Amino acid sequence: MGALHEIEKSFLRTDVPALRPGDTVLVKVKIKEGDKERTQPFEGVVIKLRGSGVHCMFTVRKVSYGVGVERIFPLHSPAIESIKVLSKGRVRRAKLYYLRNLKGKAARIESEK
Amino acid sequence: MIEGIFGKKIGMTHVYSGDGAVVPVTVVATGSCCVVQRKTKSSDGYDAMQIGFLVKKDGRATLAMQGHFKKAATPCLYHLCEVKGTELDSYKPGAPLKCSDVFKQGDFVDVTGRSKGKGFQGSMKRHHFSGGAESHGSMHNRAPGSIGSSSDPSRVYKGMRMAGHMGDERVTVQNLKVVGVRAEDDLILINGAVPGPINGIVIIKRSVKRRK
Repeated sequence: MGALHEIEKSFLRTDVPALRPGDTVLVKVKIKEGDKERTQPFEGVVIKLRGSGVHCMFTVRKVSYGVGVERIFPLHSPAIESIKVLSKGRVRRAKLYYLRNLKGKAARIESEK
Repeated sequence: MIEGIFGKKIGMTHVYSGDGAVVPVTVVATGSCCVVQRKTKSSDGYDAMQIGFLVKKDGRATLAMQGHFKKAATPCLYHLCEVKGTELDSYKPGAPLKCSDVFKQGDFVDVTGRSKGKGFQGSMKRHHFSGGAESHGSMHNRAPGSIGSSSDPSRVYKGMRMAGHMGDERVTVQNLKVVGVRAEDDLILINGAVPGPINGIVIIKRSVKRRK
């Protein structure tokens, strides 16, 4: 396991923030179109964190024009330009799947403090 | 250039390519691989290099093999195989073989190993038969069905696919890409899965179908 661990360690990013389910985040993703590269922002609530180390993935949910959109990002992917935590949420679950069934005001998450 | 090397499967993980794509890789350690014997056209009828892997105690080898290793000035080794190559005369018997001398990032390789044993398995798992209906009183759930006709030919044809021992056989996976070579630790990162269990011995050779 030692060698595997060393390889995974070399792919870890040091600039990722400590995410928790319930946090509202702004993820900037690098997108390649032909030979041009641009960044696309994606803002929403982290509803799920899974895996550890280099395998860690997180799911961000937002409601866009009344349609729920979820995107899964690898936390340590070089395609992610930046992850900014906009606010910390106070939640009592590790997986916030219940947000999928809630609409409008009910789908708000109380912020910490 | 020798076109193959022994390795020990360390395990699988994933790495990221430059553009952020997740690449599944198998990590193979090639340390202690060394050159044992040069096979030449004049003495053996063909050109090749015998390479060996994994040191064992001298007493575990037969006297004949001990003599073979002594001639090559290598320790006694568990595994031996022959690989092709070019400019083989530049390698001296007994010389350690580094993975970074054999492969580089972007090469395509074929990986041979011994697959995991599955024991005695039915025809559904072993040959992908579809089986019968699970419900409606079928009573033909995982059975293979008919294995031939009646009085003509009055026998079952040879090679009929049936239940039996599965796995634990030599398997080669072709056309795998070398994602990375770590010279300092003697590790090769190969895109995708390779046959066999963790700590299984594999032979990595230059791809026969795809040569850059």
